[in-house]
Amino acid sequence: MEEFRIPLGDWIEAGVDYIRENFTPLLDGISAAIDLVAESVESSLEFLPYWLLIILLVALGFWRVGWKFALFTLLALGLVVGLDLWDETVSTLALVLSATFVALVIGIPIGIAMAKSDTVETIIRPILDLMQTLPAFVYLIPAAMFFGLGKVPGTIATVIFAMPPVVRLTNLGIRHVDREHIEAGLAFGCTGRQLLFKVQLPLAMPSIMAGVNQTIMLALSMVVIASMIGAGGLGNTVLTGIQRLDVGLGFEGGLGVVVLAIILDRITQSFGTPTKGGGGLFASLRSLFHRVTPTDQETAQPASDQGSGTPRQA
Amino acid sequence: MADKLVLDSVFKIFGPNPDEAKAMLADGLSKDEIFEKTRTTIGVQDASFAIQEGEIFVVMGLSGSGKSTLVRMLNRLIEPTSGAITVDGRDIVQMSTAELIDLRRHDMSMVFQSFALMPHKTVLENACFGLEVAGVEAPKRYDRAMDALESVGLKAVAQSFPSELSGGMKQRVGLARALASDPTIMLMDEAFSALDPLIRTEMQDELLRLQQEHRRTVVFISHDLDEAMRIGDRIAIMQDGSIVQVGTPENIVMQPANDYVRAFFKNVDVSQVFTAGDIARKTQVTVVERPGVSVRAALQTLRDHDREIAIVIDQRKQFQGMVSVDSLLGEINSQGEDRYQRAFLTDVEAIPTDMPLSDVLSRVADSRWPVPVVDDKGRYVGAINKTALLQTLDRAS
Repeated sequence: MEEFRIPLGDWIEAGVDYIRENFTPLLDGISAAIDLVAESVESSLEFLPYWLLIILLVALGFWRVGWKFALFTLLALGLVVGLDLWDETVSTLALVLSATFVALVIGIPIGIAMAKSDTVETIIRPILDLMQTLPAFVYLIPAAMFFGLGKVPGTIATVIFAMPPVVRLTNLGIRHVDREHIEAGLAFGCTGRQLLFKVQLPLAMPSIMAGVNQTIMLALSMVVIASMIGAGGLGNTVLTGIQRLDVGLGFEGGLGVVVLAIILDRITQSFGTPTKGGGGLFASLRSLFHRVTPTDQETAQPASDQGSGTPRQA
Repeated sequence: MADKLVLDSVFKIFGPNPDEAKAMLADGLSKDEIFEKTRTTIGVQDASFAIQEGEIFVVMGLSGSGKSTLVRMLNRLIEPTSGAITVDGRDIVQMSTAELIDLRRHDMSMVFQSFALMPHKTVLENACFGLEVAGVEAPKRYDRAMDALESVGLKAVAQSFPSELSGGMKQRVGLARALASDPTIMLMDEAFSALDPLIRTEMQDELLRLQQEHRRTVVFISHDLDEAMRIGDRIAIMQDGSIVQVGTPENIVMQPANDYVRAFFKNVDVSQVFTAGDIARKTQVTVVERPGVSVRAALQTLRDHDREIAIVIDQRKQFQGMVSVDSLLGEINSQGEDRYQRAFLTDVEAIPTDMPLSDVLSRVADSRWPVPVVDDKGRYVGAINKTALLQTLDRAS
């Protein structure tokens, strides 16, 4: 019996070839733009001596979270330096930050568009499902075909995987703004744009920040996979460990990822619960002291928060 | 007073078949029947009335009666299906978006049940929200918002955040925000319903005080009867989307248009609604005190009318006192200019027209005589006797 099989794979391949042959200028443009972002983030991070970057991160941790977390940051980053993984860690941090930046620049406007229109939401939602569930290796191949090896395809693959949460949570946050707040905005004479920037986005901010946090976490969980197409960084260390069956090296690399994950998670989470002061020295000082208590609970259970990151590193 | 807002057969019909539903309404079908047949909900039907400049106009009804929909059509947060709403002669329904935004920024503001303050902004920033949106420069808008905050007594907490305030204070911020743009019309949607009773009364007084300082046209939505009675110059009662009665609180209590309205007012404490002036009657005999009129003449007047007592007024209608047959007889043979004064009953004291009925009750109950009522210039407006009081209480319950 002759077996019938839908030649979907062939079609996809033909499509990829077609794009590669006919959209070279567009692909080059995207590549140049991503490269610019990735390079400028990485070079500015590498420009700083390691002790200065550590001081900056510790200070940020102290301001946003509390002194216990600042101490943790200091010790953890000291460990990284001690393991001689500093350059890899900075490289990974740069990849995560630039991928997150691109994901936000694209994702937040898409989220806003979804919130404004049910049609857009209906169209975008399955695409987001696809982006999140399609195994990363599947689009790693075309990314490498379109953009070659290196940081650019690594960043793009990371963006694809990490963008959905911020899109979803921006959409959700805006849709969940109280009806009366919207009415108040309109009743006092907001134009559509004013309503978005003065009412909807500020009120959706906690939700959007939760999305940013999740995006960063997902970006971190992609570093090992992205290192397979030459994105470098800590992922490379882990990958080498796997290839050589070097348990110790793999563990060291993995530990570096976890350290980065905890630091980035706590700091971005602190932005999700908005400081009421908004700005000003007094408000910052006040928030600084207010934040000491919740930190105690947070640092006590770091293991649960790595959940989003760890499964994909293996 | 001039008409500020005029509604002319305004309809709001939610759902797929507004025209069909409207035709069914004209055929006399009920709201429920129409929903059964067309899946279309009648929000407001055929609302026509005028709100006068400077009055507090309360729209009252049970939940689902369409009062919130009605008020939202006044600033077109909800688009009317048909009809005309004119403010100062301009039809809001026909306005372009730009005109509408201009109207909302300068002429009409709104206060919300759940306050709807922006949690990320300070009290001051919240108060100047309308001005900010309207593009008023920073120093100027802060000055104006500060004035508005001062008028509601919140100047001290201008730099606080809404989450640090109590419910009553939050709604004061809501009021200040609505006042800051100095609108001529304020829409208040169940503005005090989320507050506990004591604070609610306090806020009602606050609103009345603000009205005294600067009269605005206030459209106030409420389901609370006591509130409506307390602050409303006039009240509109809504039932199933239609306006069943518009009138002053007294008017509605005394002549309810239908059983729905009657049921609504069944438990009204009339003693809170009415004041002495409302039930004072000029049924007592009056004698005018002027030089040369003798006690004997007054006595004759009383006998002619077969009355026991008479009210004494002067030529400018000022209340002087009350005399009875007995007190006059006591002075009949005495001499002097002040014979009337000596005949005045000592246990009689006039009460002002605005005294609430709850206070009048005890005065009338304790007095042997009808209680005279005078206006704020001391002029006699009538008297209240026990019979009239009982009739009023009886009719309302």
